[in-house]
Amino acid sequence: MSDISFVRTDMLSEQEPPASSVGVVGWMRENLFSSWLNTILTILSAGLLYLVLSSLLPWAISPTWNAASLGECREILHDLGRDGHFSGACWGVVRDRWVQLFMGFYPSELYWRPILAFILLIVALAPILFADMVPAKLIWFSGLYVFLMPWLLWGGSIWAPVSALAGFVLGFVAYQMGTTRISGLVGLILGVVTALIWWLFLSGYVVDFLAAVPTEQNPSAGVLPLAMDTVNSRLFGGFMLSITIGVIAIACSLPLGIVLALGRQSDLMIVKVLCVGFIEFIRGVPLITLLFVASTLLNIFMPPGTAFDIILRVLIMVTIFAAAYMAEVVRGGLAALPKGQYEGADSLGLNYWQAQRLIIMPQALKISIPGIVSTFIGVFKDTTLVSIIGLLDPLGLSNAIRADSAWNGVVWELYGFIALLFWVFCFSMSRYSMYLERKLQTGHR
Amino acid sequence: MTTLTDPPMESFRLGMLIYDTRYRSMTIQIVALIGFLLLLGWLFNNTAQNLSELGKEPSFRFLGEPAGYDINQRLLDYNSQNTHLRAAFIGLLNTLVVAVLGCITATILGVIIGVLRLSSNWVVAKLMTVYVETFRNVPVLLWIVFTMAVMIETLPAPRAFRGEDATATMKIYDTVAVTNRGVYVPEPLFTRSLGDIHLFGSSSLRFDVSLDLMLVLAVLIGGLIVSARIRKRADHIQESTGERPKTWYLRLGVVAVPLIIVLAALGVHLGYPELKGFNFKGGIHMRNSLIALWLALSLYTAAFIAENVRAGIMAVSHGQTEAAAALGLRSNRIMSLVVLPQALRVIIPPLISQYLNLTKNSSLAIAVGYMDITGTLMGITLNQTGRELEAVMLTMLIYLAISLAISMVMNWYNERVKLEER
Repeated sequence: MSDISFVRTDMLSEQEPPASSVGVVGWMRENLFSSWLNTILTILSAGLLYLVLSSLLPWAISPTWNAASLGECREILHDLGRDGHFSGACWGVVRDRWVQLFMGFYPSELYWRPILAFILLIVALAPILFADMVPAKLIWFSGLYVFLMPWLLWGGSIWAPVSALAGFVLGFVAYQMGTTRISGLVGLILGVVTALIWWLFLSGYVVDFLAAVPTEQNPSAGVLPLAMDTVNSRLFGGFMLSITIGVIAIACSLPLGIVLALGRQSDLMIVKVLCVGFIEFIRGVPLITLLFVASTLLNIFMPPGTAFDIILRVLIMVTIFAAAYMAEVVRGGLAALPKGQYEGADSLGLNYWQAQRLIIMPQALKISIPGIVSTFIGVFKDTTLVSIIGLLDPLGLSNAIRADSAWNGVVWELYGFIALLFWVFCFSMSRYSMYLERKLQTGHR
Repeated sequence: MTTLTDPPMESFRLGMLIYDTRYRSMTIQIVALIGFLLLLGWLFNNTAQNLSELGKEPSFRFLGEPAGYDINQRLLDYNSQNTHLRAAFIGLLNTLVVAVLGCITATILGVIIGVLRLSSNWVVAKLMTVYVETFRNVPVLLWIVFTMAVMIETLPAPRAFRGEDATATMKIYDTVAVTNRGVYVPEPLFTRSLGDIHLFGSSSLRFDVSLDLMLVLAVLIGGLIVSARIRKRADHIQESTGERPKTWYLRLGVVAVPLIIVLAALGVHLGYPELKGFNFKGGIHMRNSLIALWLALSLYTAAFIAENVRAGIMAVSHGQTEAAAALGLRSNRIMSLVVLPQALRVIIPPLISQYLNLTKNSSLAIAVGYMDITGTLMGITLNQTGRELEAVMLTMLIYLAISLAISMVMNWYNERVKLEER
């Protein structure tokens, strides 16, 4: 027998994959040049990219950071041999005016107040946004912050926010007493009425009494006149104004929106019609018309002689606007909930509000988080519209800056800077919403 | 010894209005209604008092007074002697023009971008992601003023087109002039025109309808209807015999031939813009404000529509594509017969709200001086007459009507393409 075998007895050793299908080349073949259409698209996009970058980068890279006026910018560029309209950006305007773009005309010696307010805002938001990373007790601070923020921003006597808070406390106490002694509904009515009586009739006297400043005629007046310098609303501006309007409007519109959504979903015919009418009316008109209502009509709707602050009026209208959108978002969440959840709550014997609080809302709000965040992003972007009725948001300020002779003619740098900041705010919010969606995803849908 | 009796009939007590669930809902509703009416009455009362103090009793007579201001971009005839109502009407048409133009371009752009974002080509997909994130996360008002600034700052002035050493030239075989005063495009003209019909006489809502345009549209629509009939017949033949007759030349013919005949009979030709003196004459002049608004709104809304389109396509499960491929369909047939009809159902409801958003955002025209309904009625008319209440309320009602009309039309369409669920 010979030992010649016609059947292979050993395996071939493994070969490296062909060089064209691994590494950079393989990746490019797969992702950029997989077919003739893809090749054309790749070349087109590369061309587009080159076109945009080659015209943008030489303009953006320009050593004009320290210039104090547009003329100085042009001189610097001229010395570099770069002449012409689009030879280079004038970044000096950003260095010169960035504080104003953030703060508007807020008195500079009081800058610590908005800064503190926004640092505290992050602290107050932490228990809501990152619930599992901070102590739960911090939520009490969030509640207090609602009253602290206006005081920090606008100043004035500390007793005004305290009395507003006292209204809630009194109302809650009345509600508790009514609920335990008589019944839930009576408690609710009692609580609301007590709070209203306090705010409308009593708090004014109490605040006047506590905050009165001792004068020569009446040296004993004033128990504890704690107050900070009042800052006029007209001095608010820049991103501070945008953030203030955005945060307050969204904080107020969420509860209002939940109530409207519940009203729209309820079996009570009249309540439902009122809610649907309100929501559809607000959603059917542009925000700018509502802002015109704020600037021209809201004072006409109020009792003769009332003239309240323009920012407060804008806040009211933006809140109403956001609430209508929020109501639709929450309604989507309510509708997406399986019917079994409602029936399960009923079969446990929970009443309407208990079922909403313990079963329905936690799930419905969880489902609506992406919608809530995108509403917030929308409202934050829409705060730029206040420049049309003459408030100095970043866009309004950019016009004010151009009115200065030193920066007359600067367009792109300002718009670019404002756009970049808005982009950073909105983009980070949308990423946060995606993170939250992943975190709250419990897997059963 | 007790006898069994019926339980005593419960008499109605006042407390039952609160405690008895049968009556409680009624109580709550009536309380809500009374509260609402009280609020309304309070607002009315305040308004009436304030207005009578200012000496401005509500009246719409100001609409009949001469407006006294000019509107530079308009579809119909208008001069400053016309009434405020006429100005508002011109403004309303301007709103509709920019809304319709914007919706069309935003849809086209949005669909392209949304599909390309799902492309397997890495560069293209990333580029589209950058586009979407850039446009979505910056306020639309900023985009509008930015586009306006681009048009004014970068485009050549009309005088740059003049003389021997002209620095700028007209685009597309000398037919379109792009200047910093706006874009001039050729306009269709008819040598044997049928004239116009004047609707509503000489009232403020008078409206000229070009008979030529109506005729062309009628012929076009008629052709399309016949073409659809031919397709249906082809479908019918295919179902009964399995063979599909070739109909494309027939279908093209019934649309194109009558149209060409009518256009030739009317003597259609294009009127080109020409540089005369310091400015262009002839052609259709689209002002910067219109172009900037149109462009910015389309680009901004396209980013949102792209996301809706992407979500819609991704909502069609991969199994559908694979099943279609297993049936032997080619990839373009898979797209048009299997994926798109299903994706469309997911895309259309958010698309409706994007159209509504675009229409409402068109009110930002006031920032670039485009005279839409906000700029006329709620802008200059309000400032000149001081009739805040009437002007703002009227503007709101008009927007509300437009919004309701759009959502009605689109909901009707949505009902038609909706999946029939049982």
